[in-house]
Amino acid sequence: MSRQFISGNDAFALGILLAKPAVISAYPITPQTTVVERLSEYVESGELDAEFIHVESEHSALSCAIGASAAGVRTFTATSSQGLLYMAECLPYAAGGRYPIVMMNANRAIALPWNIYGDQSDSLSQLACGWIQAYAEDAQEALDFALMSYYIAEHPQVAVPFMVNLDGFHITHTYEIVDVPTREQADAFLPPYETENRIDFARPKNMAFSAGPGHNKIFRRNHHKAMLRSSEVIVECESRFAEFFGRRYSGLVDAYKTDDAEFVLVTLGSVAGLARDAADELRGQGAKAGVLRLRYMRPFPEEAIRKALAGAKAVAVLEKDISPGKGGAVFAEVSGVCESVRLNAIGGLGGEDISKESLRSVFAMLAEGKEGELWL
Amino acid sequence: MLQIVWHGRGGQGAFTAARLLGAAYALGGMKENGRTDGGEPEKYALAFPSFGPERRGAPMRAFTKLSDVLIHDRSEIARADFVVFLDETLYAGERDALVAGPDDYAIAEKFRLPVINTIMLGRLAKKIDMPAEHIAQGIRLVMPGRMHEKNMLAVREAMK
Repeated sequence: MSRQFISGNDAFALGILLAKPAVISAYPITPQTTVVERLSEYVESGELDAEFIHVESEHSALSCAIGASAAGVRTFTATSSQGLLYMAECLPYAAGGRYPIVMMNANRAIALPWNIYGDQSDSLSQLACGWIQAYAEDAQEALDFALMSYYIAEHPQVAVPFMVNLDGFHITHTYEIVDVPTREQADAFLPPYETENRIDFARPKNMAFSAGPGHNKIFRRNHHKAMLRSSEVIVECESRFAEFFGRRYSGLVDAYKTDDAEFVLVTLGSVAGLARDAADELRGQGAKAGVLRLRYMRPFPEEAIRKALAGAKAVAVLEKDISPGKGGAVFAEVSGVCESVRLNAIGGLGGEDISKESLRSVFAMLAEGKEGELWL
Repeated sequence: MLQIVWHGRGGQGAFTAARLLGAAYALGGMKENGRTDGGEPEKYALAFPSFGPERRGAPMRAFTKLSDVLIHDRSEIARADFVVFLDETLYAGERDALVAGPDDYAIAEKFRLPVINTIMLGRLAKKIDMPAEHIAQGIRLVMPGRMHEKNMLAVREAMK
C-alpha cells in the first residue's frame, strides 16, 4: 500500500488500473475527463493492457462497452450529466443483457441552465434503468468502489452493471490522502472475470433477443431479484475487502449515531461528513442528532433505512436534485419506508456550497417540527 | 485546522501551490516512496481550486485545509488563517496577506522560474513553521522530475 495525495478522479483511475479491464470506451466530459485521460495514459504507457476506444459520443461509449462485455471481458466506461442522459437508451440494454459493466459517473447538474458543477440530478434521474448505483463520500471510498464494483457486478448471483457516483468537483477535483493498494493485493482480492453470458463460437447461443409478454416478465423479474440479491453480495464483498485491505465498509448505508437519535438527517455523497460534524456539535448541546448516509440507491436499502430510522422522531432528507412537480427523488423513496420523514432539504444544486450552518438549520427546523420542502 | 486561500491568475500555479502545501503537510514526514507500514502520523489535507472552467489570466482561487483529523468540510474557505496573493494586481489591501513583491520575482529570476508559486509557498512555509524538507517532499511527489531542483532551491531561498 502506498499513501498518495491525489484527486478523486486520480484515485478512481488507479482503482480501475488495478482492476485491469480489457476494454475501456469513453467520451470526455467535465468533470469526468481526467479519469479517462489517466486511463488512456496507462494504456499508452503499457501499464494497463487494455483496448482504449475513442468513440464519437456517450451513446457509442456504452454501446461499445456492451459489445465488449458480451464478448466476455471486463469493461469500463465513464461519463457525467448530459453524457449519462445521452447514454440513457443504452443503460437498460446493458442492464437487461446482464452485462457487468462498471461506469464512473461524475455527478453534475443537467441542462438547462447549462452548468458544469456538481449535483446529483443526472444519476438520480436514472434509478429505474436497472443498474446498481453507489455514491462515494471521498476519494478513498471512490478507489475502493472501483475495485469492489467489479467483484459485485461480476458475481454470478448478480450479473448487473454498476454505476459508481462521485460528486462532481467536491470529490472528482479535490486532492486528498488516499491509500493505494499494490498490484499484488488487488490481484488477490479481485478474481479474473469469467462468464457463460458471452459470445462463444464453440457454444453458439442467441443473445440480446426479443421476448413476448410472458418471457419478458420472467426476464424483468429475474433482473429485479438479482438486484435484491446483490445486497448480500455487497456485504460479502465488503468483508472480503476488509480482510485484504483493512478498511471496513458498512453495507448499503452508513449509520452515524442513529441508534438513540431523535433527529436524523438522511443524505448521500460527499456532504455526509460535514453533516456528521453538525450532528456532533448538536450532540454537544444536548440534542440527539444522527446522520444516515445512503451508500447505495440501487439496490434500495429499504431494510437498513427502516432499522436505522426506527427510533427517530423526525427525519430530514438532504439531496442535490429536484424532480420538478414532485420534489427530491431520494425524499420520495425514503418517505415510502419511514413515517417520520418530515423535511426535504434541496441543496447543492448546480454546485452551490452547502455550509455547516445550513446543515445545523435543517436539524433546527426538524426540532421545531417543521415539515415540507426547504431550499438551502 | 489551518486554512489557506491562494489568489492568482490562471497559469500562475496557485492550485499547484495549494496541492504542494497539502502534500507537504500530509506526506512530508513520510518515507520518500510514500510506502505505508503502519504507525504513520495522522496528517490530513484537502486541496481544491475554485471550481469551474480553467482560463489563463483570469482571477482564480485555490484552497488548502490542513488538519490532524480527517477533514469533512469540502466547502470553500470562508475564514482563512492565511491568504496568499501570487499576483499583486489582485490585492486591494483588504486584509493581512502574503503578497507577491520584487524580492519574490528576483528569486524567480535567479532560478529561472517562470512563476513564483513555489516561492510564495516558501514564504508561507516559514510563517507556519513547516520544515523545508517537507516542502521538498511535496515537490518530489507533485511536480515532474525536471522541476524539482530549481524549485527546492527557490523555496529554501524564500524561507531565509
